[in-house]
Amino acid sequence: MAHSIMTIEELEAMAVTIRCDIIEMITTANAGHPGGSLSAADIVTALYFRVMRIDPKNPDWPDRDRFILSKGHACPVWYAALAERGYYDKAHLGTLRQLNSILQGHPDMNKTPGIDMTAGSLGHGLSAGLGMALSGRMRKKDYHVWIIIGDGESQEGSIWEAAMSGAKWKLDNLTAILDHNNLQNDDCVDTEMPIEPVADKWRAFNWHVLEIDGHDMEAIVEALEGAKTFKEGPTIIIAHTIKGKGVSFMENVVDWHGKAPCKEEAIQALEEIRRCGCE
Amino acid sequence: MSNNKKSPYRHVRSDIVQLLATGEVFTSRDQQPTRYSYAEALLELGERNPDVVVLDADVSKSMHTHNFAKKFPRRSFNFGIAEQNMMAAAAGMATTGLIPYASTYAVFASMRALDQVRNSIHYPQLNVKIAASHGGLTPGPDGVTHQGQEDLSIMRSIAHSTVIAPADPPTAKLAVWAAAEWEGPVYLSFTRDPVPVIFDMDYPFEIGKAVTVRDGTDATIIAIRDLVVQALIAAERLASKGLSVRVIDCHTLKPLDVDAILKAARETGAIVTAEDNIFYGGLGSAVAEVLVENHPIPMKRVGIRDTFAESGPYLALIKKYGLSEEHIAKAAEEVIVRKRASL
Repeated sequence: MAHSIMTIEELEAMAVTIRCDIIEMITTANAGHPGGSLSAADIVTALYFRVMRIDPKNPDWPDRDRFILSKGHACPVWYAALAERGYYDKAHLGTLRQLNSILQGHPDMNKTPGIDMTAGSLGHGLSAGLGMALSGRMRKKDYHVWIIIGDGESQEGSIWEAAMSGAKWKLDNLTAILDHNNLQNDDCVDTEMPIEPVADKWRAFNWHVLEIDGHDMEAIVEALEGAKTFKEGPTIIIAHTIKGKGVSFMENVVDWHGKAPCKEEAIQALEEIRRCGCE
Repeated sequence: MSNNKKSPYRHVRSDIVQLLATGEVFTSRDQQPTRYSYAEALLELGERNPDVVVLDADVSKSMHTHNFAKKFPRRSFNFGIAEQNMMAAAAGMATTGLIPYASTYAVFASMRALDQVRNSIHYPQLNVKIAASHGGLTPGPDGVTHQGQEDLSIMRSIAHSTVIAPADPPTAKLAVWAAAEWEGPVYLSFTRDPVPVIFDMDYPFEIGKAVTVRDGTDATIIAIRDLVVQALIAAERLASKGLSVRVIDCHTLKPLDVDAILKAARETGAIVTAEDNIFYGGLGSAVAEVLVENHPIPMKRVGIRDTFAESGPYLALIKKYGLSEEHIAKAAEEVIVRKRASL
């Protein structure tokens, strides 16, 4: 708490910082997933610096909002946001994926303060969030549960099991955000195993569907706030994003799913991200 | 049996001892599937502990957990035929302090949803209780797709797992209650078909503590789940041949009671394991690992060989697939011969 609400401009500046953290972490680790971390950066920033009810000094606060990055491989964006928000010292970011680090290759709730759920195996997070939301309703808690899922991840059948049950229990305290960057490990989502029409699918599963530009901070904040106040069931925000957003040579390039930049590439990436933030 | 000091039995009901001797224990009227005992235990547990919730995947009528749903509708959640979602949702609930009992059949709990069970329950060590009916060949007529003949091996291989397979209705209830007090994931394996009530409720059930239920000196049969009663019948059969055989109910496969196994190995010098479970990675493997590393002695394993079974009455199946009291007794005689030859 003790955190003044950020303006849209301040959020945009924080997203630049987080994108730079992501590039630096992955470059230092020489491994990780830059593309999907960068595509989710604006959404994660809006959640942690504006929308979610959290207290970084009290990460286990029972009444906090919960967040799950179901596409757990994009955890550099989560780790950067938690560090910038004060859950732990930023020095930890340099230890990503190293031995004895609190920052595992995929999120571990027992090692990293602020991680509400272990993630990494795709298709689990929405179900886990559903469990948190059911528990919140049963115990008359007013926390909200936020889950970012991927579009490649949406090929997992268990996502649709969770979709059915979110609607069955009309969980208005549950919001999914689809980081729809249309790339996955091997190929374009559309080519490899199409998920379209994905908005219609969620509507058919009786979810409240919002569609936004996942890099328009104002639209992101508005959609997240809207999801929180929608009381007739669960909401999914389909956020159209660009994989590798902010780095010209990474944007929409499938090979940047799970590859670290070399030092020269990192320098260029950081320059571009900062320049973009100044525009 | 308190008035009969010569009885080798401990915690075994006296009327059952008579039936063991005549081999008529399965004619006892007092028997039921342990899946029902699970559901009965939940009703009492639900009263005592408001954090207990029960999750179902369309088999609540089979497992009798619909009774919990009737009594505690707000604490009961039916996920439909979607075991993966149920397991990960149970994990999410556990992060908030609830104690979910996720109920389904062994094949689905230990295989269909294994990724969720491993990555979202055991890796974060969340306090989820996985209740699996239809363990081993106990859903006899249902056939192979519903016979959980690997669940003990699979669950044992997962780090931080606790694996319990109670032998009879009373100890099944004790296991359900003990699991609630145990911090972390617990896998409970129950029977689809009825098993006789063998034990008194004074049975000292403690997770990780195997219980000697029959004293003996010539060999020890270490058994689990539905084969404990078969081991007791085998011991009676051997007693009529003048052999004194100890029987241990090893209800907790993991953490294994190494002390009890080594004590039996030292005191009786020959071991047979008996499990209605595939030959690989279950009780027999676990006991063999302990003996080989610490106290190698003659040993034989009774379990399902490298095969799938088929549909059929449960008792006929365990006979056909080498798990019945006759097979256990034969194995015991073999290890006793080997032990005596090596003396």
